[in-house]
Amino acid sequence: MAALTFILKSSIGNKIIMGLTGLFLIVFLMVHCFVNSMIFMNDGGVLFNEAAEFMGNNVLIRTMEIGLFAGLFIHIFQGLNLMIKNRKARTIGYSVQNGNVSSKWYSRSMGLLGTLLLVFLIIHLRHFWYVSRLTNEITGHSSTMFDEMKEVFANLWVVIVYVLGMISLSYHLMHGFQSSFQTMGWNHNKYTPAIKMIGFWFSVIVPLIFASMPIALHLGLIK
Amino acid sequence: MSGNMNLTLKIWRQKNTKTKGTLVDYKVKDISPDMSFLEMFDVLNEDLITKGDDPIAFDHDCREGICGMCSMHINGRPHGPKDAITTCQLHMRSFSDGDTIVVEPWRANAFPIIKDLTVDRGAFDRIIGAGGFISVNTGNAQDGNTLPIAKHDADAAFAAAACIGCGACVAACKNASAMLFVSAKVNQLAHLPQGQPERMKRVKAMVAQMDKEGFGACTNTGACSAECPKEISLVNIAAMNRDYLKANLISLED
Ligand code: SF4
Ligand code: FES
Repeated sequence: MAALTFILKSSIGNKIIMGLTGLFLIVFLMVHCFVNSMIFMNDGGVLFNEAAEFMGNNVLIRTMEIGLFAGLFIHIFQGLNLMIKNRKARTIGYSVQNGNVSSKWYSRSMGLLGTLLLVFLIIHLRHFWYVSRLTNEITGHSSTMFDEMKEVFANLWVVIVYVLGMISLSYHLMHGFQSSFQTMGWNHNKYTPAIKMIGFWFSVIVPLIFASMPIALHLGLIK
Repeated sequence: MSGNMNLTLKIWRQKNTKTKGTLVDYKVKDISPDMSFLEMFDVLNEDLITKGDDPIAFDHDCREGICGMCSMHINGRPHGPKDAITTCQLHMRSFSDGDTIVVEPWRANAFPIIKDLTVDRGAFDRIIGAGGFISVNTGNAQDGNTLPIAKHDADAAFAAAACIGCGACVAACKNASAMLFVSAKVNQLAHLPQGQPERMKRVKAMVAQMDKEGFGACTNTGACSAECPKEISLVNIAAMNRDYLKANLISLED
């Protein structure tokens, strides 16, 4: 174990944790997006409810959920920790800084975007995870996940918050996707252009699909 | 002479490391567009000396883009508005008559300000001292061609070795991270046979020293490479991270 302390102690070790957990969360996003997309079957949520039921009751998935929360927690904690450390490296700043010439604003704003995502995540978990996994089990209340979604997204403000959340996610991924590969040391002329391209489209398409769900439900396009 | 410029300069003045500094306004007149940025500073300093004022302290040595001393943050960018050059290679023709130019020192807690625009980049020296070398016995130099080196390795080593240790990467980074500099210094040796025996030890020691000096971590914004006068590539950072992982997880060395 002593050999692994570099992960905690060194700046590169800290970043490798960010990269690995980030990639793990990207995989989760794919699964989440795939399952939720079933509402677009427009079958009154039948297929989606079945999938949600499966995800909620399968022992393996529920075990992996613990891993997911652990990954999320580590990513958030380590991210905040790095943000604080990095701020300490320059306590007196420039009076003029022309940062946009040399880097993208969202690459410099990962801490801010991540914090916005954390706020969104708390709201999101309260809306769905808390209700489906905890209250339903306790109260025996039996509304389906699809009913829950329709109810939540009937409120326009909630839809707006979700869309803003997905915009933050998009920019967070736009930098984070390719950045995690760079941190892991996977940078080569042969495949880095492909990683960057896939990262870009992933960051556009996945949040777009997610954002279209509350919009479609709110407008009654899906019944 | 026609075409000459009158400029307003806002320059960071700070007595020493401990005192607080501030931006001070100066006017310079009749500046030739053919002057280098540092020559414009010479003109200003001559003027200050004649008036009995304290001249502005700034670092410089070679004035041809190879020593890495001329650290100036000009109008919000390390080494000014042009890409891939140092301050001494910046000419006044990059500005226009009547411009206001803000000049600040590198800002990083690991680079304390000595006076005005001069900062102490001793942290870089200590990182090199920690492992940025190869251990060889003294004596006659070996014949250059006794060790065959593949062209792509020689090229990669040379590209990394172009780093002049100027610190613009640290100055440009939002985290004041020294990763580009350290990765260049790690990789110039990692690509060569002479660098192999100490390769794992080197990367660990240099990264440890880098962290100790108080530089920030790398967010991969790419600002370092974009502002680097020698265009050191981010590929070096990835390669260093690979070596660092290997050194910690796989290597047999302590
Ligand atoms: S990597 Fe580039 S910017 Fe950084 S010290 Fe070397 S030459 Fe200067
Ligand atoms: S004075 Fe040597 S690089 Fe500018």
